[in-house]
Amino acid sequence: MKILKLAIKNAGRHKLRTGLTIVGLAVAVMAFGLIRTVIDAWYAGAEASAPDRLVSRNAVNIIFPLPLSYKEQILKVPGVEKVSYAHWFGAYYTDPKQFFANFAVDHHTYFDLFPEVIVDSQTLANFRSQRNAAVVGQILADRFGWKPGDQVRLIGTIYPGDWDLVIAGIYHGRDKTTDESALMLRWDYLDETLRATVPVRAGYVGWYISKISSPAEAVRISAAIDSMFKNSLAETLTQTEKQFQLSFIAMSGTIITALRIISYLIIGILLLVLTNTMGMSARERISEYAVMKTLGFKPFHLVQLIADESLFISLSGGILGILLTFPMASGFGEAMKYYFPVFETKPQDLLVAGIFALCVGILASMFPILKATRVSIVDGLRSIG
Amino acid sequence: MSIYGERSRTIVEIEALSKSYFRDSLEIPVLRNLNFSLPEGEFVALMGPSGSGKTTLLNLIAGIDRPTKGKVKVAGTDLAQLSEGELAKWRARHIGFIFQFYNLIPVLTAYENVELPLLLTSLSKSERKEHVETALGIVGLSDRMHHYPRQLSGGQEQRVAIARAIATDPTLILADEPTGDLDKKSAEEILELLSRLNSEFKKTIVVVTHDPRAAEKAHTKKHLDKGELS
Amino acid sequence: MKIPIYYNYRNLLARKLTTGLTVLGIGLVVFVFSGVLMLAYGIKKTLVATGSEDNATVIRKASLTEMMSYITRDQVSIIESQPEIARGPDGKPLVAGELYVLISLNKIKNGDAANVVLRGVGPASMLVHSGVKLIEGRMFTEGLPELIVGKSTAQGFQGAQLGGSIRFAKQNWRVVGIFEAGKSAFESEVWGDVNQMLAAFNRPVVSSMTLKLADPSKFTALKERLEKDPRLSVDVKREKEYYADQSYAMTSFIKILGVVISVIFSFGAVIGAMITMYANIANRAKEIGTLRVLGFKRRNILSSFLVESILLSLAGGVVGVVFASFLSMKTISTTNWDTFSELAFGFAVTPEIVAYSLIFAVVMGVVGGFLPAVRAARMNILTALRAE
Ligand SMILES: Nc1ncnc2c1ncn2[C@@H]1O[C@H](COP(=O)(O)OP(=O)(O)O)[C@@H](O)[C@H]1O
Ligand SMILES: [Mg+2]
Repeated sequence: MKILKLAIKNAGRHKLRTGLTIVGLAVAVMAFGLIRTVIDAWYAGAEASAPDRLVSRNAVNIIFPLPLSYKEQILKVPGVEKVSYAHWFGAYYTDPKQFFANFAVDHHTYFDLFPEVIVDSQTLANFRSQRNAAVVGQILADRFGWKPGDQVRLIGTIYPGDWDLVIAGIYHGRDKTTDESALMLRWDYLDETLRATVPVRAGYVGWYISKISSPAEAVRISAAIDSMFKNSLAETLTQTEKQFQLSFIAMSGTIITALRIISYLIIGILLLVLTNTMGMSARERISEYAVMKTLGFKPFHLVQLIADESLFISLSGGILGILLTFPMASGFGEAMKYYFPVFETKPQDLLVAGIFALCVGILASMFPILKATRVSIVDGLRSIG
Repeated sequence: MSIYGERSRTIVEIEALSKSYFRDSLEIPVLRNLNFSLPEGEFVALMGPSGSGKTTLLNLIAGIDRPTKGKVKVAGTDLAQLSEGELAKWRARHIGFIFQFYNLIPVLTAYENVELPLLLTSLSKSERKEHVETALGIVGLSDRMHHYPRQLSGGQEQRVAIARAIATDPTLILADEPTGDLDKKSAEEILELLSRLNSEFKKTIVVVTHDPRAAEKAHTKKHLDKGELS
Repeated sequence: MKIPIYYNYRNLLARKLTTGLTVLGIGLVVFVFSGVLMLAYGIKKTLVATGSEDNATVIRKASLTEMMSYITRDQVSIIESQPEIARGPDGKPLVAGELYVLISLNKIKNGDAANVVLRGVGPASMLVHSGVKLIEGRMFTEGLPELIVGKSTAQGFQGAQLGGSIRFAKQNWRVVGIFEAGKSAFESEVWGDVNQMLAAFNRPVVSSMTLKLADPSKFTALKERLEKDPRLSVDVKREKEYYADQSYAMTSFIKILGVVISVIFSFGAVIGAMITMYANIANRAKEIGTLRVLGFKRRNILSSFLVESILLSLAGGVVGVVFASFLSMKTISTTNWDTFSELAFGFAVTPEIVAYSLIFAVVMGVVGGFLPAVRAARMNILTALRAE
């Protein structure tokens, strides 16, 4: 305990240096937490997925559609309770570079399958009664300033032309992980328009969503669905919703890997800064350590003294960094909210950051400890600063 | 040699000089109402017990420190009239300072240390080389030009410091206990060197010392005690 | 610069551990910074290399990319008959009507599925995309389920090697050739006979048309005529621009994220530099005092220490850039968000990236060194001289 006190006193000897080191560590820990949060944001969609939902898509690729007739067949598979479908619409509003998710959904069933998407009864009634109605998430509505009842014109890319929609209402997420930045329009509205203009493209949906009786049945039911359409022109690939989402995340795998690498490099900075500081102190105090040895302190006392100081600094920096992560992440999340609809720092990321800070504290004290324990009393007393 | 006219010119003129340090609101007087003057070509030994204000006086003459009261006029300039920047420039031109602990720059060679004050002049590279070689020649270290301070003995280091002090051909050389950290033999050599600078090169020198042999070499001895000069 | 620069670098060399750690810290940040810029530029470079200066791409109006585009048969014949189009050795117009779809293939590395562009090409395609060359095997035979595969796809995906086979549309397709395309996006594609593909996917029409122009300066005239033609509803773009536009989402995202991260990250290194410079100054107080006695002014001291800090950070910058440039030996691949498909590319260095990185390093040096340098300059001579 006395040693700890001395260690903290030592840390206070160069207040500026110790302070800077703590701030440096804090910023690095915060950057680490921030990058981890960015990575988590990617996975938010997969996290939000329900284990009792399956998604069936065209086996060749998601860009190929499936016939509408599959709905009834999927419903017949034992264990499937409800089926709905959606179709990627891919339109934009005024500027093609301002991407947002928009898809056509079955207005009868879609929201039944997604209880985490909260739509009030008025909105639902509007959506069901008006063919060109659309439901939008709160974040998206805020972004473009849309209100219920507004007429909005989307410009089609997959389905050419101008699409005039009416905002039926705004949906909210039940969970923090629910994406609030999408637009859903009615599939039947899309289909009717296609039937009139490009009839060959009508009658198709992008993917089916099935609610199943129990997550444990997922493997069996997926296989049953896929085998039903084997050797048809449109073979299916059925996955749990989570796998389906993860396959999208895999597309950004390289970027996620790059971010992971960067987050470890940040730990490297942490280590460099603290090692530098501890190395400086050790160099300056070599003669003190020799004096302490003369006074009868054992090498392990010195080990403890140096390690305590290093840990004191690294943990102070770590804790400060963790505290800083929250305001930083919320600011960053706000700035990037169109890229990352869900941006939340997870406690386990911070825990990891804290553990790293601890390890850095131990590692950084290695070199000074070696130096201090090896110094002979004679050499130490002779050395100056 | 001096570029300033006749021989008997006064180099240092001190009038009613007082210097106090302040610790919190407490005034610690160090120098009290000093008056003295120093003609060109003089070699003065300044003596006195430790803490009597010898370094303080030297610093005031060198324009490193400012008096509390009184006038310090060196080489014809009233130092109080100069701004800090002007003082620096003035110092580069007129003062050669020798420290007790040599104060060489450890990462520079003997040559580079001596060249340092010359970088403040308008001399060309080849002219600087000439000056450095001459100065190191005078102190007898021509063969150690490219050694670093840590490769030299204490006496040699102090000789490099002296070369640095004379390289710009200053009006006045100030030495603060230049032999204080040296063994007897090296101290002897340094004193010999200083006295040569005075006799051969007509340099005006003030040397602070405790060493009675140093005092013997000087023309004049001054004693500083309890803030007063005698 | 009154105080010579060798004074600074010798001092840096004299404290090897501290200098080394600080340089490494700055190097790490610069490594990330230039790595990110090289990544973004690599994507752009690959896509820009894909388009030819003298080609025009025709897609359906407002469809942004070929994936969402289709061109009907009557439109095809109108487009083919434009006078600006160059003619091949056989006297036919150099027009490539191509089908563009995505298929899912599994990566060799981790088995993950990724979208790969499958392009149905016609006889004119090899002439229009003149950079494409077979390096192994042979061309596919028209009328057979055969494919030729871009070099990057062959390296990265299961079944895509010479002699391998890929299954889609109820059929196995044999890989009979591997092609190279000047490190362009085509190397990440799979090509087969357009008529075979149309039949297999039950598609009536092609996705896009690429035209080789006899005289590229006539592009604007052609563009205006086609885009105004009431029988067509198409966008006409220079092929180079068409592909360059596809780098927008990815490169801007990478740049924004990368620069934000680097800047946050740089605080750590800046503080490292600051600690080092403060220590250097504290350790050299006596030297600073001595320099002042010799006649150096405060601003000489200030600039000298600032220069020292800049030297330190510049060394870090060089270390970072050198290590980052090793990245350019590596090819990586990711899904391009503009096209939804896999794109293989390399990190690419440019003089600008090197310059930006070094400037970034110098800025870190100035920011980290300024306060310490001010402290050095403000030191009182007497206090400095008395320091140990
Ligand atoms: N910066 C300062 N602040 C306060 N007191 C000082 C300062 N510098 C010197 N002194 C005091 O002034 C007195 C004279 O010091 P100094 O000139 O160094 O004496 P000497 O060189 O004769 O040993 C001493 O008592 C010393 O403590
Ligand atoms: Mg003294």
